[in-house]
Amino acid sequence: MTIKAKPERKPLISLQNIQKHYGEYHALRGINLEIGEGEFFSLLGPSGCGKTTLLRTIAGFEDIDSGSVMLAGKDMMGVPANKRPTNMVFQSYAIFPHLTVAENVAFGLRKSPMSKAEKAEAAEAALNMVGLSGYGTRAAHALSGGQRQRVALARALVLKPKVLLLDEPLSALDRKMREQMQVELIKLQREVGITFILVTHDQEEALVMSDRIAVMFEGEIAQCDDPEVLYRCPKTKRVADFIGVMNFLPATCRNEGGKKIVNIVGLGETEITEEQCPEGFPEGAATVGFRPETLTILYDTQTPTHREAPAMIEEVVYYGDMTYYDVKFDGVDTPVRLSMRNLFGRDVLEVGTRARISWSPGALVVFG
Amino acid sequence: MKTLKTYAILYLVFLYAPIFLLPLFAFNTSTIIAFPLTGFTTEWFTALLDITEMHNALFNSFKIAVTSAVLATIFGIFGAMASTRYHFPGQKGIMGFIMLPLVLPEIIVAVSLLVVILKLGMSTGSWSVIAGHTLICTPFAIAILNSAFAALDPSLEEAAYDLGETRASTFRRVTLPLVMPGIVSALLISFTISMDEFIIAFFLTGADPTLPVYLFSMLRFPKLLPAVMALGTILVVLSILLITIAEIFRRRGAKRAGLKDTGGFL
Repeated sequence: MTIKAKPERKPLISLQNIQKHYGEYHALRGINLEIGEGEFFSLLGPSGCGKTTLLRTIAGFEDIDSGSVMLAGKDMMGVPANKRPTNMVFQSYAIFPHLTVAENVAFGLRKSPMSKAEKAEAAEAALNMVGLSGYGTRAAHALSGGQRQRVALARALVLKPKVLLLDEPLSALDRKMREQMQVELIKLQREVGITFILVTHDQEEALVMSDRIAVMFEGEIAQCDDPEVLYRCPKTKRVADFIGVMNFLPATCRNEGGKKIVNIVGLGETEITEEQCPEGFPEGAATVGFRPETLTILYDTQTPTHREAPAMIEEVVYYGDMTYYDVKFDGVDTPVRLSMRNLFGRDVLEVGTRARISWSPGALVVFG
Repeated sequence: MKTLKTYAILYLVFLYAPIFLLPLFAFNTSTIIAFPLTGFTTEWFTALLDITEMHNALFNSFKIAVTSAVLATIFGIFGAMASTRYHFPGQKGIMGFIMLPLVLPEIIVAVSLLVVILKLGMSTGSWSVIAGHTLICTPFAIAILNSAFAALDPSLEEAAYDLGETRASTFRRVTLPLVMPGIVSALLISFTISMDEFIIAFFLTGADPTLPVYLFSMLRFPKLLPAVMALGTILVVLSILLITIAEIFRRRGAKRAGLKDTGGFL
């Protein structure tokens, strides 16, 4: 079944049943996917899941065993990378070290019918777009990591491709620079309106930047949704575990006259809805998942708005704005992580303290 | 520690002292190569201008060295690309075979080439020396170019291709400029090796001797010995100059590719 582009977007890329082997290794196992025009799309997964292979397939660098790649209504089979309307930003940036910044940016314009002055103007405009105006005459090998990244972006965007492919573009930058570039990339994408396809193993980066994310495991797309849906309603336990932090507790499920009842070890019984069971309601043994921010420590005066369970604080991790607590519910061996905002006047609790924990039955996700 | 230092100094003296004797006697007035020195003169250098056989030998050597260097470097580019850019069955074995002349005694190469050429009923000449020299220079060229190609990020070539260049124009616009220092360095080292190679040239040179072969034949005439010394001096200076230029190019290449200098070939 093909994962369709969102109805409000015209589909630009259509991948049909893509299969790829490297010798014995099955790298892509039947990818069916549509990506819309002007979408910021991410391929997210652990290393070796096939995300980079899929990106390189769209770029035209990989020969696939079977399947089809359609781009703007044209079949791309047999069209080499240098003839496709896609451009790539490489993980190593691949800035030509023997050329100046301007020569790098104008590299792909050689065969364009523009005059020399127009090409220089286009290159300068592209540099301006990535915040590097006036850097044209600098030697490319003297640039910093963040600057190389921008030159690589300008070099690809100056050709006005239909799709910009980004292969882990931020992984070589330090944390601060990475967060800054994430925001800049979102702005840039909105400004140029070109479809961006980003490959990343960083789930946070994917959540921050994307309109839609495809989570890949072992050459298959496990789930493709927008960030919020992906975070709140992961379809499988594996996706739930990969995106953000997810706590799991064992439980048993039973159907009681049309009511779906789940009995969670340490938390007790509650009724759940159909939507909370992405794999279908499992009768008998099950696992419930819940995010750290859906749990709250109740301070003395507070009364619970949802359900309440006693627990012992096992570990405290202080982050400044947030504190993460690992707590053990009474009668449960596995610790559960919860996060609290450090509001003014609220003390950080110590290890070994007893606490009342509030939890929301509506935030649970139940897996078979 | 002290013994090691003494050893190192003695070792260097043993290696290089004979070379320093060359210019010493080249500027000495006596035709007999012995101490004490009798006086300073440059007449041996001017005498070089009159020995036409030597000019022919020099020109012959130059011709052979340039041709072998160009051929060895072209083969070296193919070999280095094959070993760094592609993977195919038997790759290691094939590369090993190509690098073999590096350790094979030259006399074996020379004799076997001579046997093959004579058995084929052909006569030796400059072309057979070129063939032999290309054979022994190619491994050196590959060794230098291998590191030049290995230092080149493959995504640079992919990026150029992605930006609309063909395979050929990618090679011209990106690959070639970036490995150019390696190519220059391979050319110069191959040229130097061919220029002063003796054994292969001695066996295969035929009627037109190369310079080393000619010099060897002149050793029988003591009167010409100081002139040989003078020529030797010129050759030593030229060799050092060439090797230095080759190394400067290699380092510049490493720097341009943004690499740390790891010592390299020399």
